Amino acid sequence: MTKISIEGVSKSFNDAGPALHGVNLKLAANSFTCLLGPSGCGKSTLLNMIAGFLHPTTGRVAVDGIDVNGPGADRGVVFQEYALFPWRTAAQNVAFGPMLKRLPKPQQLETAQRYLALVGLAGHGAKYPSELSGGMKQRVAIARALANAPSVLLMDEPFGALDAQTREVLQEELLRIWQQERKTVVFVTHSISESVFLSDRVVVMATRPGAVKEVIDIPLPHPRDRSSPEFVALEKHLKRLVREEVEKLGVDT
Amino acid sequence: MSASIAAAQKAGQSPPRVRLGTGSARIRRLALRTLSVVLFFALWYAVTWLNRAAHWFNPLLLPPPDKVLEAGIELVRTGELQHDIAASLYRVVVGFVIASVLGVATGLLVGTWRTLEDLLDPMIELLRPIPPLAFLPMMVLWFGIGEGSKIAFIAYAAFFPVFTTTLEGIKFVDPVLLRAASSLGATRAEMFRYVIFPAALPAIITGLRLAFGLSFFVIVAAEFIAADSGLGYLINDARTFFLVSNMLLGAAVIGIIGFTFNIALRRLEHALLRWRRPARP
Repeated sequence: MTKISIEGVSKSFNDAGPALHGVNLKLAANSFTCLLGPSGCGKSTLLNMIAGFLHPTTGRVAVDGIDVNGPGADRGVVFQEYALFPWRTAAQNVAFGPMLKRLPKPQQLETAQRYLALVGLAGHGAKYPSELSGGMKQRVAIARALANAPSVLLMDEPFGALDAQTREVLQEELLRIWQQERKTVVFVTHSISESVFLSDRVVVMATRPGAVKEVIDIPLPHPRDRSSPEFVALEKHLKRLVREEVEKLGVDT
Repeated sequence: MSASIAAAQKAGQSPPRVRLGTGSARIRRLALRTLSVVLFFALWYAVTWLNRAAHWFNPLLLPPPDKVLEAGIELVRTGELQHDIAASLYRVVVGFVIASVLGVATGLLVGTWRTLEDLLDPMIELLRPIPPLAFLPMMVLWFGIGEGSKIAFIAYAAFFPVFTTTLEGIKFVDPVLLRAASSLGATRAEMFRYVIFPAALPAIITGLRLAFGLSFFVIVAAEFIAADSGLGYLINDARTFFLVSNMLLGAAVIGIIGFTFNIALRRLEHALLRWRRPARP
């Protein structure tokens, strides 16, 4: 069943040529899709259009058959910059969605505790974001998005600012959570290994203009072994595809 | 992980304030800061004492600290000092409150409503660079020599820092926070209440602190010109009768009041902005 459909989508910003051109994609319900490509390929632009932060210049983006017309609680977003409200504690951040839905206070708190526990942060609810490490902040941000019970989870290079070890731990945790709370996940990354480790399908993006270059299925069962020959072969193939796009950008990047 | 915690701590902004640290370093710094105050009075005393012997200048021009204290005790005994402090404080507080309410409200409106910004901002920017004192004689003409002119004058002068910092605070709200809130289902009104206002609060509080300082700054000038009470009046009156001790006393009292209020406002800021306190290791 198609959850997100992107039909003939182009996006131009006033100045340069089109940032994205002629994108067609159908994402199945409860699938995990990575948008992979070098910077400037429009992968974040595409994600922002699904989130409703940007509107396509031409074409349409629809979720559950309904055109996206702006941001909404049905699509949770996790940002690379965490985007936690610094004046709210971790628990208050997670309870933000339930609070907007006017749930009674005890229920807000209960939801917050449950999702903090899900991301491994039980007992850290009273801390302010400034008291948390980068990895912990991103865990809170994931819990905040999930606590709102969205059917779609949009993640814009969520682990991009984290160190390599924390990054791998969070990838594994994300998969565990995704298997527990089935969501349609769209995950933007420029890490080839990350995309192969996480997703059902990798959408490799082309540059100048941004477009879909190739869609590759990752048929490997979870948990995936990063050193298995199948994993390495897929990585190699993707590396070659991405390399072509980087080279197209020339030396100025 | 600990490295990233340290980085996070560095990133967690703390308001610029003197941190005394902990343990013996704290005591050392506290001692130095106390010494600084003691040194100031010792120096003052030394100059007046040496002057009595060497006659560099007329000793009446700079009385020693104890003479100033004596004058203070005398003024408290007659009740003049309390009366003048109360008069000045009343004007400052009323004027400051009016300025805060108007400044925050205008700043919030202008910051969120583009049309109003284009309509009001140039007007305010045109008035802002004019020293408020330039309007004082006019205010006396308009509002009389009673309380009205002084309160209006303070409200006018203190309005600008509150308005400007509120507007800046609103304008520089991190757009990613707005996106996060909207993706969690926040309406425009909820966004304002739960994101824009709390994000602007540190800037607003800074503006309020600046405005309070400025209120004291201008009240004295206002009381020089047209008043029969207040600390400015006390100083000006003492000048007429060449009571240098009283003049110095008036200045000292203003200093002490400003110092005390600033500490109180910082405490308040600290309590309101608990989240800005960086984590302790």
